[in-house]
Amino acid sequence: MATVLHKPEKGKVFRRQLVKEMSIIGVESVGIVALLSVFMGAVMCLQTAHQIGGWIPVYTIGFTVRQTMILEFSPTLIPVILAGKIGSNIASQLGTMRVTEQIDALEIMGVNSAGFLVLPKFVAGFICIPVLVIMSMVLGVSSGAVIALISGVSSMADFEYGLQVDFVSYDVVYALIKTTVFALIMTSVSAYHGYYTSGGAIEVAKSSTKAVVYSVVIIMLTNLVLTKLLLT
Amino acid sequence: MIEVKNISKSFGGTQVLNDVSATFEKGKVNFIIGRSGSGKSVLTKCTVGLLEPDLGHVFFDGRDFTTMNRNERKEIRKEIGMLFQGGALFDSMTVAENIKFPLKMFSDMDEDSMSARVQDCLSRVELEGQGEKFPGELSGGMQKRVGIARAISMNPKYLFCDEPNSGLDPQTAIVIDNLIADITNEYGMTTVVVSHDMNSVIEASDTIHFIHNGEIAFKGNNAEMMVSDSPTLNDFIYASKLMQKLRDTSSYKKG
Repeated sequence: MATVLHKPEKGKVFRRQLVKEMSIIGVESVGIVALLSVFMGAVMCLQTAHQIGGWIPVYTIGFTVRQTMILEFSPTLIPVILAGKIGSNIASQLGTMRVTEQIDALEIMGVNSAGFLVLPKFVAGFICIPVLVIMSMVLGVSSGAVIALISGVSSMADFEYGLQVDFVSYDVVYALIKTTVFALIMTSVSAYHGYYTSGGAIEVAKSSTKAVVYSVVIIMLTNLVLTKLLLT
Repeated sequence: MIEVKNISKSFGGTQVLNDVSATFEKGKVNFIIGRSGSGKSVLTKCTVGLLEPDLGHVFFDGRDFTTMNRNERKEIRKEIGMLFQGGALFDSMTVAENIKFPLKMFSDMDEDSMSARVQDCLSRVELEGQGEKFPGELSGGMQKRVGIARAISMNPKYLFCDEPNSGLDPQTAIVIDNLIADITNEYGMTTVVVSHDMNSVIEASDTIHFIHNGEIAFKGNNAEMMVSDSPTLNDFIYASKLMQKLRDTSSYKKG
C-alpha cells in the first residue's frame, strides 16, 4: 500500500492515466448504474403501493422509495454491482499485465509499477463512485415518482410530501461515507488480486473471480460495521 | 561490466541457484545457456532485481545493486534495457507510444525530440512506418524488434534479453541475433542473453555461461564450448542431430 501511495514519477503521465481510469470506472459505468437505479426506483414504488392500504398513508410510497434508495440501494448495492464490473476489469487487466511480464517491464524501466498502475484506479474510484451513487439516488427517486404518476398509485403531491417527510440530511452523509469506503475496498482488493497474479490465463480468471467475491464479502461486512457505527 | 558474486536462491526449500558467480563483459554478448529449469531465468531476474537473491551480490560497474534502496536502484534501472521472452509490450499503447514511454517517464526531452528518438529507434530495428500500429497487429518477430527498440530508447548501458528467439522461425531468429550483436557493438553495451537455442549461441555469443542444476558448469567462448570435456555441457550442446553432425564433420572434432 505504501508503494501505491508514493508520489507519482511524472505528474503529467499520472493525470493522463487518471483521466483514462475515470473514463473506465466512471463514464463507462453510467449506463448500468442508470438502468438499475431507474428500474429499482420504479419497482420499489410499485411494491410499496402494493403493500400499503387501509390506514397507511399514500405518502409512504415516496418516503419508502427515498429511504431505500438513499440508505441502502444506491450506497451499498450499486458498489456491489460495480465490484463485479470494475473489480473484475481491474483484476483481469493487472493479472494479464503480470503474466505477460508487462509489470516486470515497468519495474525494469525503474517505474514504480504499483503506483503507476494502481494509484490512478484508486483515485478514480474515490472520485467517480460517489458521483455514480448520487446519480443513482436521483434517478431512483425520479423514476419512482414517474411510475407513481403513470400507474396512478400516488399523486405527485403525496409522493413529494413522502420525499420530504422526516428527511434527515445526515442520511445522505452516511450514504456517501459508506460509498467512499466501499470504493476504496473495491479498487484496492481487486488491484491486489490482479497485481499478485502468477501463472497464466487460468490464474488471471481465478484472480478476477477472487477480486469480485472478496470485494463483495468485505463490502457487506463493512456495511454492517459502518451502519452500526454511524446510525446507532 | 556486470559481476554476479556468490548468488544463491531457493524457492520453498528447492535450491535453484547455488553460489553462482559470473562476469558479463562490456561490449560483448554474454550468453547464459542451460536446460529448462536449470536456473538461468532466475539468475537473470536476480541480476536485474526482479527477484531478491537469498545470498550474494550483483555489481553494475562496481556499484552493489543488492544493497541499494528502491530509489538508488531506480537510477541503475534507467541504464538497463530488457527484451522479454513474450515481448512484454504494453498492449494498450501503439508501437510508437511503447518506445516513447521510458522517455516520457524519465527524460526531459520535448515532444519533438521524443518523436525523433522514436523514429531513430524504429529505423534501427527496421520498422519504419509501423509506429501507429498496436502490438497485437504485429508478427512475433516484429514484436521482438519493437521490444529491442523500446529497450534501447534510453541508450542503456546494459541490455538483457530473455529467450529472444523463442517462437520465431530460423530466419527471423537470425535477424534478431544479428540485431542484438550489432546493437551491442554500436552502443558498447554489456549484453546478457538467456537462451537454450544453440543456433543463437553459435551465431551471436562472445562469452558463454552454462548453468546446470543451479551452478555454473562452464564459462568460456564458442570455440572452447565446442571442445569442452564436460559431459553435461556436451549432452546439452549436441542434443540435436544437426549439432552432432556439425561436431562429427567440423574442425571442432577432437582427436
